[in-house]
Amino acid sequence: MSDTQEVDIIDQVVSQEYKYGFTTDIEMDSAPMGLSEDIVRFISAKKNEPEWMLEWRLKAYRYWLTLEEPNWQNFKLAPIDYQKIIYYAAPKEKIKLDSLDQVDPELLKTFEKLGISLTEQKRLTGVAVDAVFDSVSIATTFKDQLAEKGVIFCAISEALHEHPELVKKYIGSVVPYTDNYFSALNAAVFSDGSFVYIPKGVRCPMELSTYFRINAENTGQFERTLIIADDNSYVSYLEGCTAPMRDENQLHAAVVELVAMEKAEIKYSTVQNWYPGDKDGKGGIYNFVTKRGSCEGAHSKISWTQVETGSAITWKYPSCILKGDYSNGEFFSVAVTNNMQQADTGTKMIHIGKNTKSRIVSKGISAGKSHNTYRGLVKVNKKAENARNHTQCDSMLIGSRSGAHTFPYLEISNNTATVEHEASTSKIGEDQIFYCNQRGIGTEEAIGLIVNGFCKEVLNQLPMEFAVEAQKLLAVSLEGSVG
Amino acid sequence: MLSIKNLKAEIEGKKILNGLNLEVKAGEVHAIMGPNGAGKSTLSAVLAGRADYEVTEGTVDFDGKDLLELSPEDRAREGVFLAFQYPIEIPGVSNANFLKTAINEKRKYQGLEPMEATDFLKMMREKMELVEMDKSLTSRSLNEGFSGGEKKRNEIFQMAMLEPKLGILDETDSGLDIDALRLVSEGVNKLRNKERSFIVITHYQRLLDYIVPDFVHVLYKGRIVKSGDASLAKELEEKGYDWIKQEVEANS
Repeated sequence: MSDTQEVDIIDQVVSQEYKYGFTTDIEMDSAPMGLSEDIVRFISAKKNEPEWMLEWRLKAYRYWLTLEEPNWQNFKLAPIDYQKIIYYAAPKEKIKLDSLDQVDPELLKTFEKLGISLTEQKRLTGVAVDAVFDSVSIATTFKDQLAEKGVIFCAISEALHEHPELVKKYIGSVVPYTDNYFSALNAAVFSDGSFVYIPKGVRCPMELSTYFRINAENTGQFERTLIIADDNSYVSYLEGCTAPMRDENQLHAAVVELVAMEKAEIKYSTVQNWYPGDKDGKGGIYNFVTKRGSCEGAHSKISWTQVETGSAITWKYPSCILKGDYSNGEFFSVAVTNNMQQADTGTKMIHIGKNTKSRIVSKGISAGKSHNTYRGLVKVNKKAENARNHTQCDSMLIGSRSGAHTFPYLEISNNTATVEHEASTSKIGEDQIFYCNQRGIGTEEAIGLIVNGFCKEVLNQLPMEFAVEAQKLLAVSLEGSVG
Repeated sequence: MLSIKNLKAEIEGKKILNGLNLEVKAGEVHAIMGPNGAGKSTLSAVLAGRADYEVTEGTVDFDGKDLLELSPEDRAREGVFLAFQYPIEIPGVSNANFLKTAINEKRKYQGLEPMEATDFLKMMREKMELVEMDKSLTSRSLNEGFSGGEKKRNEIFQMAMLEPKLGILDETDSGLDIDALRLVSEGVNKLRNKERSFIVITHYQRLLDYIVPDFVHVLYKGRIVKSGDASLAKELEEKGYDWIKQEVEANS
């Protein structure tokens, strides 16, 4: 098929509507638009925070004021007007919820529509959910069952009151507010997020998950997640997210910090489906997130799995700091961009301890006029004897107007390191699609099938309950991407 | 079942099929032979609905339906199966998953519910036995790392699973050694029945020793210039195509 024919067909087919684009009509309690010390104080006061937390926020805010937006990324970003964002929005009437009966039914309905049931009868078995709506956590399920094992799973605002010593000790320990522009902003204005603590020797009995929903107009979402896995513990955590269709871009600048102590393992999975904007690139979420895990103890392990299909722009590098000897970091990623979406994503593996190991599997899929960049750093410090890394980085192009880019960085300061990098770029061939067609499989289905095959290694990493959902999501986000 | 009338087709402005006529009745096996460049593969591509080829004239009736009006996938769902000369690899997609998707898409088209997993597995076992297909090939990625012979056998296995009304074999013998050729042919022979028709496209006669056709047609310059029974293939094997070319030139 000639390029022009192909382009014609792409133009003919219009992307399927974003199915989570509805809005919830609910009365909100919001901060005035814009950012100032007063707003930081306002948020802190709303949360009834201890003085030290406010001080930390203010330090972060003042530091942020000294920074300039980064500009090294491989995508175009129109300047963001930080005074045009509402930094706090919460559904009204939320005093202190003792049970779900007190949750506004409108909110329950919203989460039902998203496939997340918070009511007792319909909960996803084996998965505890913390539901975050705009700036606040609405409800956390299975809390009691988890508490029996000593597992703490709650909103971070709640943890500040119930477990201040843990929060104080670890917040900012992996991602300090000085880390980057958006981490400084987040530290100043974060409003909620999830907090997890797994005590020594406990294997968390169920999947933990947080579902983020942006609803209000002109708001940014700045959540902060902190997960601590103590010695010999294990936890698998999943986050999902959606947002209504709106014409303006909305900023999501989250911070996630993971701490794995000796022999602990944290598996963190993301299925990101923020509103990507329309097919002409209008609207959509700016997903600028700092995610980092620290393998503090020997033989600890942190594994990131991400399936990124949404957002106008995705800009994130979930990373591992491999401090403990024999610690292990993994990064499995599928990033799909369609229409005008852009992604600049990858990971950083910082080898500090001896005999540390890391593995990177990145699958980038670009369709439409989108651009998809893998950017990854493998750093082996002087004292990191026998560090090992394997990186596999595959790109798939759909149509002839999309772009795939790869920027691998290696900084190796110890000559006992073994670092391997494999990369490939392929194009979904008309031959592959025709072959499927000839077996009775339509083009849309065929693309879903081919793409899911391409991403199999990564999808296999997802918890069962979500793998199927992610597969569907991949197929849906590429619908109408090729002829 | 299949009636091709005055079919003309071109690719990128180049005329390949030039008024081809062919009648295939239910249960018949027609062999299409011809020298390189005669339009053999174009015929299979046009019947399957490849977008690169433009049909400029003629009609193709398939069981009362205008085949040329149907999308490639609908042609497949109506019962046209093309065994590819070069089967395509799809990494990460298992043969089994691919076939399950294909069968369920066809069932959806027919207004049927998806096949039960157990029924599907049972069917797969039966058909694997029928075409002597190695079990390990069904769980591996589709055609990925398959040998030439394995790929061709997999085509026949897929045909067995999809149970088409019309099977088109596009130079299925190319690149096969004699043992593989025999296995593939045996597979095809087991799928022959009163209802199912075949168009066997081949350059060489040797395939037709195994799959004995009811009719043999010689394709040259985009038209069928000679038709006969199985003995015509033998004659071509002995005498080559030159005498046919000369006959055609003399008549034109």
